[in-house]
Amino acid sequence: MTEILATVNYWVTIVLMVGGLYIVVAHGNMVKKLVGLGIFQTSVYLLFLSPGKVLGGTAPILAEGFELYSNPLPHVLILTAIVVGVATLALGMALVVRIHEAYGTVEDDEVHELEMD
Amino acid sequence: MIALHLPALQVVLPLIAAPLCALFRRGLLAWAITLTASWLAFAAAIMLLLQVIDQGVVSYELGGWMAPIGIEYRVDLINAFVLLIISGVGAVIIPYAQKSIAARFGDAEQAWFYTMYLLALTGLLGVTITGDAFNIFVFLEISSLASYVMIAMGRDRRCLTAAYQYLIMGTVGATFIVIGIGLLWAMTGTLNLYDLAQRIPEIENTRPVLAALAFLTVGISLKLALFPLHLWLPNAYAYAPSVTSAFLSGTATKVAIYLFLRFFYTVFGGGAFFESTPLPEILLILSLVAMFAASTVAVFQSNVKRMLAYSSVAQIGFITLGISYATETGLTGAMTHMFNHAIMKAGLFLLIGGVLFRLGSVKIEDMAGIGRKMPITMAGFVVLGLSLMGTPGTVGFISKWYLGLAAVEQGQWWLVALIVIASLVTMIYIGRVVEVAYFREPTAKVAQLKEAPAALLVPAFVLVGAAIYFGLDTSLSVGLAQNAALLLLNAVY
Repeated sequence: MTEILATVNYWVTIVLMVGGLYIVVAHGNMVKKLVGLGIFQTSVYLLFLSPGKVLGGTAPILAEGFELYSNPLPHVLILTAIVVGVATLALGMALVVRIHEAYGTVEDDEVHELEMD
Repeated sequence: MIALHLPALQVVLPLIAAPLCALFRRGLLAWAITLTASWLAFAAAIMLLLQVIDQGVVSYELGGWMAPIGIEYRVDLINAFVLLIISGVGAVIIPYAQKSIAARFGDAEQAWFYTMYLLALTGLLGVTITGDAFNIFVFLEISSLASYVMIAMGRDRRCLTAAYQYLIMGTVGATFIVIGIGLLWAMTGTLNLYDLAQRIPEIENTRPVLAALAFLTVGISLKLALFPLHLWLPNAYAYAPSVTSAFLSGTATKVAIYLFLRFFYTVFGGGAFFESTPLPEILLILSLVAMFAASTVAVFQSNVKRMLAYSSVAQIGFITLGISYATETGLTGAMTHMFNHAIMKAGLFLLIGGVLFRLGSVKIEDMAGIGRKMPITMAGFVVLGLSLMGTPGTVGFISKWYLGLAAVEQGQWWLVALIVIASLVTMIYIGRVVEVAYFREPTAKVAQLKEAPAALLVPAFVLVGAAIYFGLDTSLSVGLAQNAALLLLNAVY
């Protein structure tokens, strides 16, 4: 039990990762697929941030009385990854809007049927 | 001064040109800027290649920060070769783009198209040149996001769903790659590829590193459209504007293949490590299935662009087949085919783009008798088609020769037979187009067609010429590929 608690970040990461990917695969609604994709990407943020945390460490700014610092690198990386994620989500949504204009629906199977005609 | 900063300029030139196009919003001006940036990038790639041949690895520290701490651009023979392919395809396509894009879009939209193209180019060049694992992910996403937009600008509404599908699968792929990179970083504490290559051998067989490898494999395979992860590719290439199809087919998958080689061979320790994993067998089987299944599907397509797209999946199978041997000849064949396939497929898409420009359709049945009305375009199509089959005297023969040779070296004659049979299937689908184009009576619509304009023909014929030239003189393509293959096998970086 304590082992699970000690690695709780990673368990959450796994749940988000698998859950997000499941939504992407299983849902037919294009907006929901994007939501799943967002969750999937979020799990990666946690995966990067977790090993960077040093228990008891502070932000890495030199100051008197603080010896222990957390690793700042993952924050920088994930800030970039978040920007990428937002851009992807925005573009995905824009495409869904265009698809709705062109087909009148955002359901995978209905769009597929219209494409067959 | 310029020579010193070439690696940075390679990426920065198109990156700066992109917002300029967006700011001016004039089609012709944006095109002129794009043309300049593309040609300068091509010139930079050539100069970099010469520099690498002359003095070995070129390392560039961005912002003056030392390598493992700062971001490093590291150019060796392998990525100099890939840079040459990407920027070369870009430089040939842009003169073509003006006529093709201006025919369909208003002034502002044209400028947006060029902005997207330049960002895609920046991303692809960046992925190739960088020596930093996280940088790879960022550049990969820059190029992917830009290419989704470029695909969504097609004339058929199906381009929208194609772009959406590519966005979903591409993002899943990129996220897998970044998970892999994250696990490697957690294990080694470094993101610099050179540094990773030094540190990984000690912990090669720990579970996180193997998990990282698995994530990287799936992620990169999605990006390079390895069968059965190719589902995004056919529709994306079929319904995108011709310029986009030509550009992406020549560059995007090639960059993913480069990443595959870089991670497996350079970072994880060369041919010996690659052979210690189950990957050679898996890759061999998937490549063979891709070569046959995708070619067979291509035979039954009624849309010529979609046919060429499936043919791309099959040709990627040829490339990964070469990688699966993990021998010098095999890798030489694979890298040569990257170069050759970029020339052939970009050329074919440009020529078919000319047909689309005149005829407004690329359905096979609509193209009856088109060989008489557009003789130059179709002649080019026949030459590149012959090359795709592997006719001697063209580039297609060269790569298949090396792929066959690699199979013989390992005593696997049956593979040679399979390569020949797969080429015969190629003959069937190219033959279908040729039959309809030359041996049928022109329909009323085809009868009043004119030859494609020179602005579209000249760039396409530069590639046709290259397909013949590099089929006869292989010192550049094979010579470079051979040296690059040795570097990969011995994990020299």
